Amino acid sequence: MNPSDFHVTRTSAVTKIAVVCGAIALIILILAPYWAGRADMRLMGELFLYLALASLWNLMAGYAGLVSVGQQAYVGFGGYMLFALTIFGGVHPVGAIVIAGVLGALIAVPVALLIFRLRGAYFAIGTWVIAEVFRLSFAQVSALGGGSGSSLPVGIVRSLAESRSGREHLSYWLALASAVIVIASVFFFLRTRNGLALSAIRDNELAAGSLGIDIWRTKFVVYIVTAALTAMIGALIFLQKLRISPDAAFSVNDWTAFVIFIVVIGGIGTIEGPIIGTLLFFALRETLADQGTIYLMVLGAVAIVIMLKAPNGLWGLIRSRFDLELFPLSYRVKIDTSKEKD
Amino acid sequence: MAAFLQLDQVSKSFGAVTVADALSFDLQAGQALGVIGPNGAGKTSMFNLITGTLAPSSGKITFDGVDITRQSSAKRCRSGMARSFQVPQPFSGMTVFENAMIAATQAGGMHGAEAENYCVEILEQTELLDRANTPAGGLTLLGRKRLELTRALCAKPKLLMLDEIAGGLTEAECTSLVDTIKAIHGRGVTIIWIEHVVHALLAVVDKLMVIDFGSKIAEGEPRAIMESPEVQQIYLGIEADG
Repeated sequence: MNPSDFHVTRTSAVTKIAVVCGAIALIILILAPYWAGRADMRLMGELFLYLALASLWNLMAGYAGLVSVGQQAYVGFGGYMLFALTIFGGVHPVGAIVIAGVLGALIAVPVALLIFRLRGAYFAIGTWVIAEVFRLSFAQVSALGGGSGSSLPVGIVRSLAESRSGREHLSYWLALASAVIVIASVFFFLRTRNGLALSAIRDNELAAGSLGIDIWRTKFVVYIVTAALTAMIGALIFLQKLRISPDAAFSVNDWTAFVIFIVVIGGIGTIEGPIIGTLLFFALRETLADQGTIYLMVLGAVAIVIMLKAPNGLWGLIRSRFDLELFPLSYRVKIDTSKEKD
Repeated sequence: MAAFLQLDQVSKSFGAVTVADALSFDLQAGQALGVIGPNGAGKTSMFNLITGTLAPSSGKITFDGVDITRQSSAKRCRSGMARSFQVPQPFSGMTVFENAMIAATQAGGMHGAEAENYCVEILEQTELLDRANTPAGGLTLLGRKRLELTRALCAKPKLLMLDEIAGGLTEAECTSLVDTIKAIHGRGVTIIWIEHVVHALLAVVDKLMVIDFGSKIAEGEPRAIMESPEVQQIYLGIEADG
């Protein structure tokens, strides 16, 4: 064997097919307002927002090892910033979403400096405490309705689009765009050398540190970027809900527990995992919606069974069986057959 | 000529346990230093002090003309230090090739195709190329030890630190590993090698140091050191006059 007989590739037949299928699916989804009903679009919009939240949590917990149970802090923060900026600042809602992201990043800096002093379970609890502090703080702001919350004025809602269907189409496209942007950013980041470093941290911090990877800085950057994007998604979520209250905005159940469920059953530490997890979560939710508390019990049972039978999630199970990868991230060293023929 | 690596009165203790006791030694560029000593003598701790995983309580460490005593381990690594771990620490979710790529792109500072070709070259040397696409978690012990070596080499080190890389291998495996390390040393890489398998060590190093209770017992020409009575007593547990 001679090194020159080898070449390194990152794509395979499967990834090429996945790109084509993904592009076709995206076009169909963009055209949803022309083929889907009002209720379906609403459901899909919600699904995309959960997909974005799950992909972000996966980047932070699955790759950077930052198991936060307090991401509702940024969802709620983003939601409240949308209300504050549009009501008091007169900012257009879409502009407010962007500003909410910037403010989310800024508030995440002191939070990170504080909670990065904690490790493992203490870190997780620390993030939850911070989220509670956020909730209690926003409940004190009487201009935003205090503990009972407030609604988005009609004038601001109208500024998005005059007609009801126009608003619905816009918020659907915004949700779809957020999911696509988040997944694409995660994918392109993971393909860079810093992304490779992040995967190394996921697998073994000791070895990663000994290879010159600045673990603290890498985690810090991931935490800040995740916070910023989560705040933007939060703003988008409450732009659709049109009403905000501290309990809804900082709900650990809605914005963290379900998100963790999605990532863990789908496959933590993979891009594909959150996508499969989101689809399964919504499938379960829609079929069991009328069953009340049974629905939550089924979710719990599904989580337990998958964690026992497939600790790496559904995607982990599929990947180990078929050596499959939809997003071309890994490297493959191939024997160069073209040179052997010479 | 100034020493390539110099430890000057380096001490470190955890409460009553002393892992380095006023440890001093010099290493010239291109030398290969073997380190032996009983279990718990402070050999791996010495590596941790050099690479920056442990901060010394007192003393000074100089590497390539720079005082690195307070430098972060990431920075030391990028200035040309690489180590292997006694207990292999693979990135088990990634392939052998990706493990190598991390070292080449991070510690080695290489990019794109340059890094890819370099990794293929090193994997060829360390005899892991045929397992390049294997997940690192699925390797045998020899494979994992070779992966430790591969990663350290992909970092393009000026100073290579090997921690008991021959431990637990069969005779044949050990011989082929020694040949690989010899070839690396032959290309001018400075090496510090901690090893219990003394005959493997003696085949490569040109200087030997004995450590016990965190301090240097002896240092010098390998064979002479091995035959000195105090080394026989401390390291092998044989009475000096026996």
